[in-house]
Amino acid sequence: MTMSVSRIAQAVAVKDLRIELRSRIVTNQVLPFSGLVMVMFAFALDSDDVLQGVAGGLVWLATIFSLFILVQRSFAIEVSDGALDSLRVAGVNPQGIFLGKSISLFVQLIALEVVLFLTAVVLYRVSLGGAGLVLLVTCVVSATAGLAFVGTLYGGLTAGARGRETLLPLLLLPVVAPVLISATRATEAAFTSNGVTVSEGWPWVAVLAVFAAVFGLGGLLSFGSLIEE
Amino acid sequence: MMQPIRVIDFVDAVAVYNDYPALAGVTFSVDRQEIVLLQGPNGAGKTTLLRACAGLIPVVRGSAHVLGVDIAIDRESIRERVGLLGHQNGLFAELTIAENVDFWSTVVGATRAERDAAMQRMSIDGKLANRRVSELSAGQKRRCALACLVVRRAEIWLLDEPHAGLDAKGRDEIDLILKEAASAGATIVVASHEVERAQQLASRTVSLVAGHVRGVS
Amino acid sequence: MTTTELPAIKGVGTQATRLYGVLALVALGWVFVGGLFFTPEDVVQGDAVRIMYVHVPTAWTAYLAFIVTGVASACWLLGKKHSMGFDRVAGASAEVGVAFMALTLISGSLWGRITWGTFWVWDPRLTTTAFLFVTYLGYLAVRGLGGSPQQRARRSSVVALLAVLEIPLVHFSVVLWRSLHQEASVLSPDGDIKMDGIMLFTLLFGVFGFSVLFAWLVSHRQRIMAMHDAQRASALEVAMVDRLQEASS
Repeated sequence: MTMSVSRIAQAVAVKDLRIELRSRIVTNQVLPFSGLVMVMFAFALDSDDVLQGVAGGLVWLATIFSLFILVQRSFAIEVSDGALDSLRVAGVNPQGIFLGKSISLFVQLIALEVVLFLTAVVLYRVSLGGAGLVLLVTCVVSATAGLAFVGTLYGGLTAGARGRETLLPLLLLPVVAPVLISATRATEAAFTSNGVTVSEGWPWVAVLAVFAAVFGLGGLLSFGSLIEE
Repeated sequence: MMQPIRVIDFVDAVAVYNDYPALAGVTFSVDRQEIVLLQGPNGAGKTTLLRACAGLIPVVRGSAHVLGVDIAIDRESIRERVGLLGHQNGLFAELTIAENVDFWSTVVGATRAERDAAMQRMSIDGKLANRRVSELSAGQKRRCALACLVVRRAEIWLLDEPHAGLDAKGRDEIDLILKEAASAGATIVVASHEVERAQQLASRTVSLVAGHVRGVS
Repeated sequence: MTTTELPAIKGVGTQATRLYGVLALVALGWVFVGGLFFTPEDVVQGDAVRIMYVHVPTAWTAYLAFIVTGVASACWLLGKKHSMGFDRVAGASAEVGVAFMALTLISGSLWGRITWGTFWVWDPRLTTTAFLFVTYLGYLAVRGLGGSPQQRARRSSVVALLAVLEIPLVHFSVVLWRSLHQEASVLSPDGDIKMDGIMLFTLLFGVFGFSVLFAWLVSHRQRIMAMHDAQRASALEVAMVDRLQEASS
């Protein structure tokens, strides 16, 4: 009678993505927001050379700001009609819920990052070669996995009760710092900006992979305790 | 393993919510396949008692057994076997009824046949099933929530004000469903303000006042 | 059946804490006097090096607090009885630790200002301490989320252990990051100080003194928390009596 973690994860991920397809919150609200953030950076920094040099960092900054909104949205659908509570009452394995929501957050983040990178190419005029593309894709996948895991984990903790949502940025920002540092360095290597070669980016991708593994495992173990009342 | 006759057994149970003893010594028991009505004024602790029976809230004093399990020690293993329908429906507004019930069927491992049977018992036909939850009336949402409850094959059903917000027809439908569920083997506890109606439904009424059981009839 | 633990506590100090309270005072007194008067000034930095006697011990104590909170949280989580004493130590250590972290940041910042004219350097240790500080502010906020003591303990012990996972990752990333800029050896405040015998002694004594102070503060804070929990338990008794009266009326 108890379902396997992977089937639960699949059902939760499909459910979340289906809801997003119907409500279009990410496409209609979050994407424009993050695109706007990229434009605001250009206003603030006011120098084509500077922008080209820091493009990688700006993309990841915009991603992290949007992460808060995506996480809060992901849990708002669970909390608005007490669905997360019902899942807890029914004894559904929280590991499955954690994996499912991480997967759906991952997909939404990837969609966001594709748009942001395209915006960077257009607005900040960065360029990308073959080897750089491979590095970039690997970097994006591992960084996004890490962000999806920690976002879901701390999102679960701060979901629901009044006064908890404001806790999310405070808890999440220190935790995503390693991702910001490593992803930015790897992206700069991919764009070969500031005289960095592509090969210098790979150690940073290793850090991202470790981060994702640590928090994927940590999340599986702790999510149940954090959503418990 | 012998199934216990007494499925819920609380003796002087105390449950605390934000430092407040919502249940301040409740002695309450329910036997298999009974339908029990829980009534009392607001703030008496009806919702807390139901949530404690579902294993959501810890019992800090006294003894509390559900389905033979001491929930002061382990309140997680019984959750699969107990179904709670609180004030909220636990539904996803952007999905259709069919998608909501499908989701619940998948995460609890119900078969296609069980899912279809649940929809049928709630009188949800094909057309209604394809409408989004956000477009439904309160009664229809309740029926959808009950379908999701049925699909869980819970041995105990805990319902918090299931009749609230429904018209007379909706309330009758709920009562019928509950009676059928009890004769099919489930044990049902209903918290309700609707004393007269619920007395037609229940075999026993328990009065809760200020976290204590006041009377049984 | 669970009952709330009611430790019998009359005052917050005991003979043991008074003993090491005095010890801390003596050690810190020496550090104060010795640090200001008896130790020589540095060849390069002059009198500014004296900040080291505060900065290094408080940094050490801040990390000690982090370790204590982590270990106490693990003990709570993994222990069969989930003894609340561990949770109280974890919380007390975090509160005291945050204060020491702030001291570390302030003293490091002042040191940088006096020595190189900048209030902040991206020294890995200082940067990680800043992250530790913010992470622990978050931990204390999670402790304040409410619920029963057991619920609070469970949530915060998990968050503390996640912090134990996170901080080394942060530190490692920052170290890697700064190594790109090849400034690490120059910018580390205590990287190029030649330690005279008495300087080393004063420094170590400072580490000892601050650690004992830490222990003193944590044990007192932990006891206050225990008294607070006992008070909540008795308030619960009163509330229950009230409820009973309400029910009979």
